[in-house]
Amino acid sequence: MTARTLAAKLWDAHVVASDDGVDLLYIDLHLVHEVTSPQAFDGLRRAGRRVRRPDLTLATMDHNVPTTRATPPDAISIGQMEAMASNARDFGVRLYPVGAPEQGIVHVIAPQLGMTLPGMTIVCGDSHTSTHGAFGSIAFGIGTSEVEHVLATQTLWQRRPGTMSITVDGVLPRGVSAKDLILGTIARLGIAGGVGAIVEYRGSAIRSLSMDGRMTVCNMSIELGARAGLVAPDDVTFAYVEGRPHAPRGAAWTNALDAWRALPTDDGAKFDREVHIDAGELRPYVTWGTNPGQSVTIDGRIPEPEALPAPEREAAARALRYMDLRAGTAIRDVPVDAVFVGSCTNARIEDLRTASEVLRGRRVRSGLRALVVPGSMAVKAQAEREGLDRVFREAGFDWRDAGCSMCLGMNPDVLRPGERCASTSNRNFEGRQGPGGRTHLVSPAVAAATAVAGHFALPEDL
Amino acid sequence: MEPVRRVAGRAMPLDRENVDTDQIIPAHWLKRTERTGYGAGLFEAWRKDPAFVMNDPRYRGAAVLIAGANFGSGSSREHAAWALLEGGFRAVVAPKFADIFRANAQRNGLVPVVLATPVVTTLMRAVEHDPALEIVVDVEAGALHAAAIGLHEHFVLEPRARDALVNGWDEIEITEQHAAQVAAFEATRPQWLPMTTRRAT
Repeated sequence: MTARTLAAKLWDAHVVASDDGVDLLYIDLHLVHEVTSPQAFDGLRRAGRRVRRPDLTLATMDHNVPTTRATPPDAISIGQMEAMASNARDFGVRLYPVGAPEQGIVHVIAPQLGMTLPGMTIVCGDSHTSTHGAFGSIAFGIGTSEVEHVLATQTLWQRRPGTMSITVDGVLPRGVSAKDLILGTIARLGIAGGVGAIVEYRGSAIRSLSMDGRMTVCNMSIELGARAGLVAPDDVTFAYVEGRPHAPRGAAWTNALDAWRALPTDDGAKFDREVHIDAGELRPYVTWGTNPGQSVTIDGRIPEPEALPAPEREAAARALRYMDLRAGTAIRDVPVDAVFVGSCTNARIEDLRTASEVLRGRRVRSGLRALVVPGSMAVKAQAEREGLDRVFREAGFDWRDAGCSMCLGMNPDVLRPGERCASTSNRNFEGRQGPGGRTHLVSPAVAAATAVAGHFALPEDL
Repeated sequence: MEPVRRVAGRAMPLDRENVDTDQIIPAHWLKRTERTGYGAGLFEAWRKDPAFVMNDPRYRGAAVLIAGANFGSGSSREHAAWALLEGGFRAVVAPKFADIFRANAQRNGLVPVVLATPVVTTLMRAVEHDPALEIVVDVEAGALHAAAIGLHEHFVLEPRARDALVNGWDEIEITEQHAAQVAAFEATRPQWLPMTTRRAT
C-alpha cells in the first residue's frame, strides 16, 4: 500500500460519498456557540428539519459572555444567549451555559471533557477550531450555512485540501514557548502561507510540547491561513485523554489505542510542501503590526517599511500609523497600557502556571490594567486549587470567569481607543480588541513580564 | 439561494492585501441573531476615514469589489459575506481568498473570482482611472469581461460550487439524497468515538 500522511488517513476514513471531486465528509463532533449558530437553527426551523445527531453536537456560550458581574451583558447579547439556550432545548443539544462548571471557551472545554480525541473530524462555526488538530484530528472552522448543513446532515461537502509539513527540529531555547514557535513560523511563512492546506507539525520540538502547547500551535494554524493544523497522536496525547469524562474505557480504550497508533504519517509519505525550522533559532516574539505575521523577536526593533519586501511596504506603513509606532524603536522600549492573559490560544492551566510564576512576589506596573481570564471554569477551579488566583490578584491582575473576553471585542472586555495591549490572544487586526485598540501578540511569560515592567520584557529582564 | 448566473456592473477598487473579516464586519455586529441588517457595518471602521474608497461617490452602487490577495482572512464569520451582499456587492475579484470566506461567499451567492495578480492589478488601475468601467462576471462560463479595456479572463470555480450558484441549489437538499450512504457510514463508525450522551461520572 502507498505511504499516506496522517491527514490522508483521517480524510479517507471519513468520506461518505464523492461527487465531481468533492467529498462528503462525516463529522464526528460539531461544536456550537452562541454567535454563529442562531441563523443556522432558524434555518432548520423554517425547513422543518431536526438536528440529525444531537449526541455528536456540543454547545456552550463563550464569545459574548461577561467575565465579571461588574459588567453585565447588553440586551442584544442577552438575546443571543437566550437564543442559544432555547435552540439547545428545542433541538435536544447538550449545552453548557454560563454558570455551568463545564462552561468555557469551546476549544478549551471539548478537550477537557474528552470529547476531542484522536482520529476524528471536528467542526465549529469558529476559525480557531484548528486547535483540536493537536490531538490528531481534522478540525476546521466553518460558516453559519455550513453549521446548518452539519446540524441537518452531520456531514459537509469538502474538497480535499493540500498537504504541508512544518518540521521543527532541535530544542526550543529556554523561555521560548509554543506561542513563540507558532509566531516565529507565521513570521517566516506569512499569513497566507498555509492557504488551502492541512499543515502537519512534526519534529522533535513539536514532540517535546505538552498537549496544552500543541493546542496553542494548532490554534494559530488559521493565522497561517491553513485549513487545519495537525500533530500526530503519541503517548503524550494518550496520557492526556485517558480517564476524561467522554474518553473510551475498558475494551473500547484498547480498541481506540490500536486505531490511534496507526494514524501517524507513514515513512516515505509525500507532502505537497515541506518546510523545516530549526527550533534553536526561535526567540520570544512580539507583533508590531496589524496581522500576526508582522512580528519581531523581543530583541528586535520596529522595522523600516522601506526595508521590507516591496509588496509588504504599504501595509507596514499603514500598520505603523494605526499602531502609533515609529520605525527603529526597540520593541522593549514600547510601553503598554493593558495586559490580557486569556483566549483559546493561551488560557489553559499551563499558560496560567507560566504567567503566575513570573508574577509571584511582583506587582503590575502602576497605572497599567491587567486581566487574566481562564479558558474554562474547570481551568479556573484548577488554578484556584493551585493557589494561582492569589498570585495573580496579589500582583494586581483582575481574576475573571471563563470566556473569550478581550480576544475579540464583542463582550464588555474591550480596549479603549488608542489603548495598547500585550495580549496572549491570536489576532492583532485593527480594532480586534475594541475599536481603535492596539494589540501586540505575545506568549504568557512575556505578557506577565510586560505587566510588571510596563513595557515589553522577558522574565529575566525583571 | 437565488441562482446567480451573471454579475454585471461597476467595480470598487480596494487596493489592500489581507483584508480580514474583522475589517469587513467588526465583531460587535455579530451579536445579532438575524441573517440581515449588516450593511451599515460593512467596513465600519475604515469608512470613518473620508478618504476611504467606499466614501467616494463615484463608486456608489458598485456590484464588484476588486481587492488584494488573501481577501477574507481571519474569523469564519459568514456575516462578512452577508454584509458585502447588503452593501450591493455580488462578486469579489482577488488573486487569492481565505478558504472559509470563499466557502461562505459561494454559499450566499457572492461570487469569488480568482485571477492572477497582474490581471487584478490591471483591473484595479483601470477602475481607479474609470469608475464607470463596466465589468461582467459570467458565472456559467467562468469568465470575467471588462470589454472597454479589452480584458477577457477565465477564472476557476469548483464545478460543484459553480453548479450550486447557477442553479441556486439548496445544498442540504442535495445531501439528503445521500441519506442511505450516510446511514450506512454511521453503522461502521468505531464504538470508541465520543457522544455527549455517554459520560463517565
